[in-house]
Amino acid sequence: MIKAVMVMNTQGKPRLTKFYEFLPVEKQQGIIRTVFGVLCSRAENVSNFMEADSIFGPDSRLVYKHYATLYFVFVFDSSENELAMLDLIQVFVETLDKCFRNVCELDIVFNYSKLHTILDEIIFGGQVLETSSAEVMKVVEEISRQESASNSIGLVTKTVSGWRNR
Amino acid sequence: MGSQGGIGQSKEFLDLVKSIGEARSKAEEDRIVIGEIETLKRRLVEPGIPKRKMKEYIIRLVYIEMLGHDASFGYIHAVKMTHDDNLFLKRTGYLAVTLFLNEDHDLIILIVNTIQKDLKSDNFLIVCAALNAVCKLINEETIPAVLPQVVELLGHQKEAVRKKAIMALHRFHQKSPSSVSHLVSNFRKRLCDNDPGVMGATLCPLLDLINRDVSSFKDLVVSFVSILKQVAEHRLPKAYDYHQLPAPFIQIRLLKILALLGSGDKQASEQMYTVVGDIFRKCDSSSNIGNAVIYQCICCVSSIHPNPKLLESAADQIARFLKSDSHNLKYLGIDALGRLIKLSPEIAEQHQLAVIDCLEDPDDTLKRKTFELLHKMTKSSNVEVIVDRMIDYMISINDNHYKTEIVSRCVELAEQFAPSNQWFIQTMNRVFEHAGDLVNIKVAHNLMRLIAEGFGEDDDTAYTHLRSSAVDSYLRIIGAPKLPSVFLQVICWVLGEYGTADGKYSASYITGKLCDVAEAYSNDETVKAYAVTALIKIYAFEIAAGRKVDILPECQSLIEELSASHSTDLQQRAYELQAVISLDAQAVENIMPSDASSKEIEIDKSLPFLNDHVERAIEKGAQPYIPECERSGFSNASYLNSQDLHDVPPPHGLRFEAYELPKQPSVPLTTPPISIGSSNELIAVPEPAYDRGNQAAVSVPSSSNSGPAEVKLRLDGVQKRWGRPTYSSSSPSPSAAPSQDTVNGLTVSNGATSVTPAISKGRETTYEPTRKSQVVEISPEKQKLAASLFGGSSKQERKSSLGGGHKTAAKPSGGHGAETSVKKMAVPAQQPPPPDLLDFGETTVATSGPLIDPFKQLEGLLDMVEPTSSTKNHGDVNATKVPDVMATFGDTATAVEQGGNHFSSIEDVDNLMSGLSSATTDASSGGGIATPQSTAHISKGPNLKNALQKDALVRQMGVNPSSQNPNLFKDLLG
Repeated sequence: MIKAVMVMNTQGKPRLTKFYEFLPVEKQQGIIRTVFGVLCSRAENVSNFMEADSIFGPDSRLVYKHYATLYFVFVFDSSENELAMLDLIQVFVETLDKCFRNVCELDIVFNYSKLHTILDEIIFGGQVLETSSAEVMKVVEEISRQESASNSIGLVTKTVSGWRNR
Repeated sequence: MGSQGGIGQSKEFLDLVKSIGEARSKAEEDRIVIGEIETLKRRLVEPGIPKRKMKEYIIRLVYIEMLGHDASFGYIHAVKMTHDDNLFLKRTGYLAVTLFLNEDHDLIILIVNTIQKDLKSDNFLIVCAALNAVCKLINEETIPAVLPQVVELLGHQKEAVRKKAIMALHRFHQKSPSSVSHLVSNFRKRLCDNDPGVMGATLCPLLDLINRDVSSFKDLVVSFVSILKQVAEHRLPKAYDYHQLPAPFIQIRLLKILALLGSGDKQASEQMYTVVGDIFRKCDSSSNIGNAVIYQCICCVSSIHPNPKLLESAADQIARFLKSDSHNLKYLGIDALGRLIKLSPEIAEQHQLAVIDCLEDPDDTLKRKTFELLHKMTKSSNVEVIVDRMIDYMISINDNHYKTEIVSRCVELAEQFAPSNQWFIQTMNRVFEHAGDLVNIKVAHNLMRLIAEGFGEDDDTAYTHLRSSAVDSYLRIIGAPKLPSVFLQVICWVLGEYGTADGKYSASYITGKLCDVAEAYSNDETVKAYAVTALIKIYAFEIAAGRKVDILPECQSLIEELSASHSTDLQQRAYELQAVISLDAQAVENIMPSDASSKEIEIDKSLPFLNDHVERAIEKGAQPYIPECERSGFSNASYLNSQDLHDVPPPHGLRFEAYELPKQPSVPLTTPPISIGSSNELIAVPEPAYDRGNQAAVSVPSSSNSGPAEVKLRLDGVQKRWGRPTYSSSSPSPSAAPSQDTVNGLTVSNGATSVTPAISKGRETTYEPTRKSQVVEISPEKQKLAASLFGGSSKQERKSSLGGGHKTAAKPSGGHGAETSVKKMAVPAQQPPPPDLLDFGETTVATSGPLIDPFKQLEGLLDMVEPTSSTKNHGDVNATKVPDVMATFGDTATAVEQGGNHFSSIEDVDNLMSGLSSATTDASSGGGIATPQSTAHISKGPNLKNALQKDALVRQMGVNPSSQNPNLFKDLLG
């Protein structure tokens, strides 16, 4: 199963963290720091896989992918296929890209809850639920539609973070 | 500006995020967040907050918790938000609680009710949100509260809901398998769901279930195969394609399931061959995901009953992975190679170069994976290179976790395959030097044993040579700063035993070194203890040899310091040292016979030296002893005890009848010494309660042939000890007890088993046969171990040499390898690893040369610039090789036996050491050295040995292709 999903920027600031087994906040922070330290020390053009036994306990592997200013990190056990996990990161990022049109770090920072919505559609309780970004988008849009309908506050912009375009 | 950035966040939030993003230091960030916490604390308790505002606060809480600050003050507001009817708010509430709370949190109780209600909601999005929360927040106790609703949702009209319901049940199963064990049929039913997504989701729990219990799912093989076939043939809707590949994640899961079901099951495997072969052929190998599927196929092929054709395609794919430029693919290739190598060892041949490349790669992950592979490939012919590499790598890394792992692997391989003692000792020295703190102490004991006993060769000169070279190397190393404690213990022990043995070094030189160690590591008591004991030995040997002992001033001051030490152990040793020095040569010879460390110390459990005392006690009216086995209900206890000492499982299992009354600690005053021994079944206490068989006159001591005065003396010593040590410290004496060779109470085991007096005839009978059966039990096991390695390596070796020959014709690169080895045979000096000094090292070179070990060849390739020697003489080499191979087999077999010896006699080391020290104790008139640990070791020993042997056996089976055991996996899986 998947143990954790982390998105952090190249300075080591967490942008999104989700642990599928409960961990106390301090432990989470420790892990984020350690993972970041390890990722930084990895050279370019090496594999995207790592053994993470020393960070997450026995039978842990880690797959990461570096996009622009962000690291996407999935931690999982031996029941998952490393290469497939790498593609799952791809699915996640593709979906974000569809959702935000050219996703960038700021979108992720400012749309925290939406990010969780998307992630929950892809990974559910530590298992891969859906791998088609189109399907995920459908559900996410449905949620947004219903949310905005039930929301008396008014229109909710689904996608663009307009302030960037000021 | 206000409402940009997604779902209606305020400027405040944007500013917060921005300022945190721009924070230059952690301290600055913390300051900002703490300010934010203050604001939120104030705002959250304000009355009448608009809902939208509230939602934003909650998100801000989540955000600050992600940054590592405590947001627990706001948890309750998140919980409240889940109660809201508004989907928008409800989802936010659920999101926050799933991130904040763990399943055992107190607030969960406030949410369960809401979840129950939401699971029944008409809006499927609310149901989904609730299911999401269920996964994270429901624990074993609360599962029953939501289980009925979740099961009901399995039939929901929306497939998204069915999918999530399945996953939620899976989660329940992970948390508490018993709570959903009656629902397994539901998973089977959902496998036939109309929606492929639901079917795919069902595979997750099924994979888990099958992992636990393969046999009850064998009937599904057909269904899985047909599903996989349909998926692979693009029968699923286009929506399931991913990068033009049909539902790759479903394929991967199915292949995993098939691997489990087909493992060791020929019939089931045969059903899978076609579809797996199809996937191999069809799968798009240009995309990432396609390779993921192919990799999974290889895993499947290597797990199910082997099929030559599939193995071939798997090998082809591995070749492609290894040749690829992508590190990810190389990584998978190495991993896959490690899986396949069990089935067809010869495929490694083709990939020697690629593997070596990976070993040299700067990518740590790849390197480690390669070491894993090498570990699986190790055999006696290549162990030197592999372990050498591993140690080099181990030295170069800082990660203690992995260091420990690789050290244990090195030790394991070295113990298993060591080609010579010399090599083993040198390898161990390197390991200890660089990672001594990470090594298990047992490894050190093994090393000491090895140096004491050798690998079992008969040649005495080889022994001495081995020891003196060990001494040489240790004297060289000893000056190095900051050696690990374990290593120093070994060094001290070896110097003490053999430092002066060959006369090369003077006693004062060695003692000087030992004193230096004790001084340099003055805060390590164990090292000091070892050093002092080594000093005792050196002086004892000197005295025994009739030489005059000059105690160095630093040694004198060390003794003085330690005599006043806070550690009673060190103090004891210091006093012993003083006592030994003052004895005459004959006495010393008796306490410390030179080179007796590997002599067995016989233990006469009947303690005949006590006879006299017992007799007197009985005369005074004490109850005679009745052997335990003759008392009702005590047979088990005696069995248990005998099992402690001997490696024999008790003939019957647990006792189900009630325990007897506890032995009274206050035994008749007339027999105080006896009561102490009772805990140890040495001298059982006459117990009135069980004293039904006075007629069992066996207990009357029959012989009293030992001198009364001496016995009494020793008895006093015994009397003062605590329970356990009594036994071990008095143990050496019985053998000498028949009074002939007892010299003023100092007894040394001389191997003679004394006639067992009838103190406990009954027990003796239970004990004798067990010992015999132990002997019988071990040897077949050893033989089996030897045989499995023998067979394994023979097959592998033959294959490798054939493979080499074959390739000479086929591939230029392989030909190079062969050439290199040819050349190497001619010039054995080119062999990279042997830093050995012994003739033994040379023989290894000779034997390993002709084996065409892939790695050595490559070593050669890398080292050598010009590949010389024509290929045509290769054939001749092959021919000459045949007899040599046999020689190597012999080598291998002994190596295994040696390995076995190691394991079997770990406890002996302790035994010996305790024996020695107890002898010394006697010398210093019964001061009583405390040896509880060593006694404990003795009793633990056999089990450990068992475990190790089993472990070695299992490993053997894993590596060895000929012993493909279908039951192996059965054991693993349950």
